[in-house]
Amino acid sequence: MAVKVRIPTPLRKLTEGKDEVTAEGTTVREVIDDLEKRYPGIKERICEEDGSIRKFVNLYVNDEDIRFKLNLDTELKEGDELSIIPAIAGGMC
Amino acid sequence: MGFMKALRCRECGREYPRKALHVCEYCFGPLEVVYEYGKIKKSLSKETIEKRPQNMWRYRELLPIDGEPTVGREVGFTPLIRARNLEKALGVKELYIKNDAVNYPTLSFKDRVVSVAISRALEMGFKVASCASTGNLANSVAANATACGMESYVFIPFDLEPTKIVGTLVYGARVVGIRGTYDEVNRLCSEIAGKYGWAFVNINIRPYYAEGSKTFGFEIAEQLGWRLPRHTVVPMAGGSLITKVWKAYRELHMLGLVDNMDAKVYGAQATGCAPIVTAVKRGKELIEPVRPNTIAKSLAIGNPADGYYSAKTIRESGGWAEDVSDEEIVEAIKLLAEREGIFAETAGGVTLGVTKKLIEQGRIPRDESIVVSVTGNGLKTQEALHGRLEEVPTINASLKDFDELVKKMDEKYALEG
Repeated sequence: MAVKVRIPTPLRKLTEGKDEVTAEGTTVREVIDDLEKRYPGIKERICEEDGSIRKFVNLYVNDEDIRFKLNLDTELKEGDELSIIPAIAGGMC
Repeated sequence: MGFMKALRCRECGREYPRKALHVCEYCFGPLEVVYEYGKIKKSLSKETIEKRPQNMWRYRELLPIDGEPTVGREVGFTPLIRARNLEKALGVKELYIKNDAVNYPTLSFKDRVVSVAISRALEMGFKVASCASTGNLANSVAANATACGMESYVFIPFDLEPTKIVGTLVYGARVVGIRGTYDEVNRLCSEIAGKYGWAFVNINIRPYYAEGSKTFGFEIAEQLGWRLPRHTVVPMAGGSLITKVWKAYRELHMLGLVDNMDAKVYGAQATGCAPIVTAVKRGKELIEPVRPNTIAKSLAIGNPADGYYSAKTIRESGGWAEDVSDEEIVEAIKLLAEREGIFAETAGGVTLGVTKKLIEQGRIPRDESIVVSVTGNGLKTQEALHGRLEEVPTINASLKDFDELVKKMDEKYALEG
């Protein structure tokens, strides 16, 4: 199952400068593990040591926050897009 | 010369140069300004501050700019009102309103953060100021950028109400509508910031911008006679302000400018968007995002960037968090207006409504000092009150008609014709 993964600027040093790469997997968890095989070192930047997602990283499947779905167990289909986005700031106070 | 040393990641402690950076390259944690407190302590005293003009720059040693401010010299030092009528209404002994509804120039606390952000952006050589916003922030960026000769680009969701766009367009800002939700606008802006090299005040200038909020806390302490209030209630959207008010209190204590550190901070949100309150109540570290549905639109951030730290700050201070319904928000707006003559925006209704709730719950004792933070002006969110106030009676231009009206409306003033 091939999905597109959008890479934020700080992680592009690990993906040869590419802002979009391809990875395999049927869940977000599997895709992250596959990314690590292709681009060693990327997993520890996205996940804590226990495998959970870092506090200041948000993941979106086709523009939907995975915390509204099944988190790391969110399923992916062929051609889906996984975006890795730093938890940027906005809003009022 | 300023006293800013570096930027440091709040999560992993890595240090970065004082540039337009906001996220740790390693762990994505937020970057924060680090100061040379030793030197500040030697040069800053109550007397020095008191001799300076009454605006927020009187605390400039604790603000992240190197030179003189280039915009917003008159911002801040808004009134701290002793709210005696509200004290009676709520049954408490000592209650104050910190009133940023009259902050200069755009009537919200955003002028504090924006004037710091733009002054710093100019020091770093930026030519264009920018932001993603639906209200107060847009107004403030547009006004302050114009005032110092910068151009501004403001990004909004395309379906925003026209009245909110007027208060930004009038300053000559370029306003761009984006087909998407507020969160999508924000995400696009982070990409634009990277590509176009503009100063997005709440994205790549954020570490500097956020520090401006501290002045809200500095002023409260100074206006109370260099004393921290026991209980400060603060509205939360992204969650930044409450962490900065707490930081301000701690800095003043560390520098010996106040003696007491028995202050607690309380977070206020609308029930229709209360991810931080939920985390505090459940004792959870992580914030679960929500889809906002409330009339308090300026607080409607379902995925608060500083949610984690604001919940942590509340716990650390010994405070608490509460939320109020849209109905309670409107009631509180009216209570503040009718008792104190202050017309706050919906966020102010949230804060006062939550204060009332915390007092009734016994979380805030009735005999200790309380400060309610009003961060924006009610004239900007008038639609929240449509249909919630009395209808205006219309009569002919005749004294007889008025005599009859008074009989119906206000019998105690009725006079025989």
